[in-house]
Amino acid sequence: MVGIISYGAYIPLQRINRKIISNATGWSTSATSLPGEKAVANYDEDSVTMAVAASIDCLTGIDRNKVGGVYFATTTPPYRERQSAGIIATVLDLRPDIRAADFADSVKTGTLALLAACDAVKAGSEKNIVVCASDCRLGRPGSAQEVIFGEASAALIVGDTDVIATLEGSYTLTYDFMDQWRADGDKFNRMWEDRWIRDEGYTKFIPQAITGLLKKYNLNIKDFAKVVIPCIYLREHQGITKALQLEDKQVQKEMLTTVGDTGSAHSLMMLVAALEDAKPGDKILVASYGNGADALFFQVTEHIEKVRDRKGIKKHLNSKKELANYERYLSFRDIIPMEMGLRGEVGPTRVSMTWRDRKTILALCGARCKRCGTPQYPYQRVCVNPKCGTIDEMEYYRLSDKKGRVFSYTSDSLAFSASPPEMYGVVDFEGGGRFAFNFTDCEPESLKVDMHVEMTFRRKYFDSVRGIHGYCWKAMPPRA
Amino acid sequence: MAAGIRDKVAIIGMGCTRFGELWDKSPEDLIVDAFKEAIEDAKIEKKDIQAAWQGGPEFTPNSVGDSALPLAQTLKLQFIPVTKVENMCASGSEAFRGACYAVASGACDIAMALGVEKLKDIGYGGLPEFSHYATIGTKHRIIAANQTAPGMFAMLATRYFNRYGLKPEEGKRMLAAVSAKSHHNGALNPKAHLRREVTIEQIVNSPIVAWPLGLFDCCGVSDGSAAAIVCRADMAKQFRSDPIYVKSLQIAATSGEEEMFTDFDYTHVETTTRAAIRAYSEAGIKNPRDEISMAEVHDCFSITEAVTMEDLQFSARGKVKDDIFSGRFNLDGAQPVQPDGGLKCFGHPIGASGIRMIYEMYKQLQGKADKRQLKNPKYGLTHNLGGIPYRSVASIIIVGH
Repeated sequence: MVGIISYGAYIPLQRINRKIISNATGWSTSATSLPGEKAVANYDEDSVTMAVAASIDCLTGIDRNKVGGVYFATTTPPYRERQSAGIIATVLDLRPDIRAADFADSVKTGTLALLAACDAVKAGSEKNIVVCASDCRLGRPGSAQEVIFGEASAALIVGDTDVIATLEGSYTLTYDFMDQWRADGDKFNRMWEDRWIRDEGYTKFIPQAITGLLKKYNLNIKDFAKVVIPCIYLREHQGITKALQLEDKQVQKEMLTTVGDTGSAHSLMMLVAALEDAKPGDKILVASYGNGADALFFQVTEHIEKVRDRKGIKKHLNSKKELANYERYLSFRDIIPMEMGLRGEVGPTRVSMTWRDRKTILALCGARCKRCGTPQYPYQRVCVNPKCGTIDEMEYYRLSDKKGRVFSYTSDSLAFSASPPEMYGVVDFEGGGRFAFNFTDCEPESLKVDMHVEMTFRRKYFDSVRGIHGYCWKAMPPRA
Repeated sequence: MAAGIRDKVAIIGMGCTRFGELWDKSPEDLIVDAFKEAIEDAKIEKKDIQAAWQGGPEFTPNSVGDSALPLAQTLKLQFIPVTKVENMCASGSEAFRGACYAVASGACDIAMALGVEKLKDIGYGGLPEFSHYATIGTKHRIIAANQTAPGMFAMLATRYFNRYGLKPEEGKRMLAAVSAKSHHNGALNPKAHLRREVTIEQIVNSPIVAWPLGLFDCCGVSDGSAAAIVCRADMAKQFRSDPIYVKSLQIAATSGEEEMFTDFDYTHVETTTRAAIRAYSEAGIKNPRDEISMAEVHDCFSITEAVTMEDLQFSARGKVKDDIFSGRFNLDGAQPVQPDGGLKCFGHPIGASGIRMIYEMYKQLQGKADKRQLKNPKYGLTHNLGGIPYRSVASIIIVGH
């Protein structure tokens, strides 16, 4: 039986209240589509870094060497040519002899990637595949999309052993429905009229996909413990659930007022939330939307009880910090070109070096001396232990999943930062190893010697002259 | 068994430009100015110099040029050996070391070391963004913290305060006393960049640059050049009656363990400590606190000077606060430190600083330090630290009669 064997998710720390947005843009537009708040990726995050975070959550307790593939779903890849799934696979420290693929260009690709992964495992092509989805779509300031879009990610592993939720069936509709679109080179999403989108799109396609599924497999909607409806209009969302005759307790809680419309990650995040509360025997129906609609259904097994220690949706929802400044939000996504000064200019990246040192740079792998057992970062051939100094008896030693404590730190107002002050310090890792890293998602006042930190994958810089996104690892206070 | 450099080399001439934001001085101007003063002081001609070492530039090859050709070509040195050396902020000392070893070995009779840096051509305050200059390695610049020099040294202060139970306000007052003392000395020095007295209150209340360091805990950014002419000790009296002799030249470079091995305590600098031990042995100094009359140390930041006092064994570990507040290191104290005003008042044109430190020791020993003159100094020590506390190379040079 093929299905989901683990799940994970990630929601950025900062949330902006939609009132802050409307206070800033209300003079220009009367568009207020949604109350509540939305999640905002930090200046050092993008769809790849968020997908990594969700994938690492998903891979808790799982041997990375056993992962057979990575499918990444997004409409906002950092590169148009350089595989994001390949970057993610390298960061996760997976074997190279695996299948990696980007699923792009539609927010329905979250479930499309999930279905393709299930097909691949069923066909025996791979034993398991990580499916991750994330988006950082931009709405023009003052637009409805700016209000609705949120940034977050979800990840699932598809496999055939110890499955926690088997994929029982699916129904797919492909419609070239151009409600939201972006041409190559567009920075902001474009959309047609709301009324048309609601009337001809969401309220037609989602029920059509769901009833198509029910008919195909001779199912009754009442049999489902949870149904994921991806409609981004609150009133129409209610209308769809009523039309389907769903009871309130069957409707998987939408996250539009707490996170926003997260594009490719949208349905998968609600699926993860459903799995967090699911019991063996539950049937879960997941609908997705975007240039059509999909409907999938899962059956939860007894193995679900073994996968309860994920950060997932709940813990991330509860871990948040208010972003009280609209201009700062705009600067995170480079919507307003803030003055970076000469110090903000980025020097050249030696690409051949980043390839050669990819395990050190992307996977946060150092070395452990086989002679004296000392972990050390970066990977190096000569042991740093002054009592050892052995040459060439090293093995790779991954630090990305190790916890750390801060030995010393500072809060630097001179260093260039898109969100000053730049904070950094010396991190001592559990089990050994030490290095100085930047800190992120923390406040200067909260920095303390000995504080606990976890490692998080982030973007260090974007070199706009040479078109290079420079990734690195930073330390942050544990989110959950 | 090697016997070391003690009393094998003499300094017979030195020059030092004014340091500051010298917008109208090109690197060539700085080189010529330092050189002219040095050969006039030595009373030799350019053709007498048989080999030269250029210290730096560290951060400004775009202004000064690379290789040693800026020195050779500016001064029109006539096809003699000229070498550029760089060891981050210790480049000046490194150049001096090359010249000393050349004459001590008998490879030549007279050699010159000249350091130069044009930091004010960078275009913004502070040392340049490391990714442009890859001064700490290109892989490092991606994997290590996006950092500045103040930030890296600030971490020394964070841990020092934590370890020795100093509340931040107390610690900052200690650091402020270090800078205030140097400003008093710099105010007496026409070659210094900053020549105003500053109070502890002003320093403690100055804007934070990298917590807990404020503006006045950081040395300035400036241009400058300094030069030294050396010869074998047995030739020195041919040139002057008051040559100054090199008693020790020691350098220690990190093994990597401060940065990557968890034993390092971040409350001292290991390279300074080890170089000092070897330097005292080479110079025959048994009790540095009593015998070292004066010192120019690498006060890029006030915390650096404070822990350096402990690394040099002037103060006991964890106890420098008492010596600072008792005035021990003041110009009129028992062991004056930074008599010329230090990096704090001169700024830090990196290639030049190491030689500027020797210049002050040289003038003091010759009784030519004017308003800053100390009474009968016997041994002067320079401490020149390249890099950051946990990734450094330290130079200790001791000179005397």
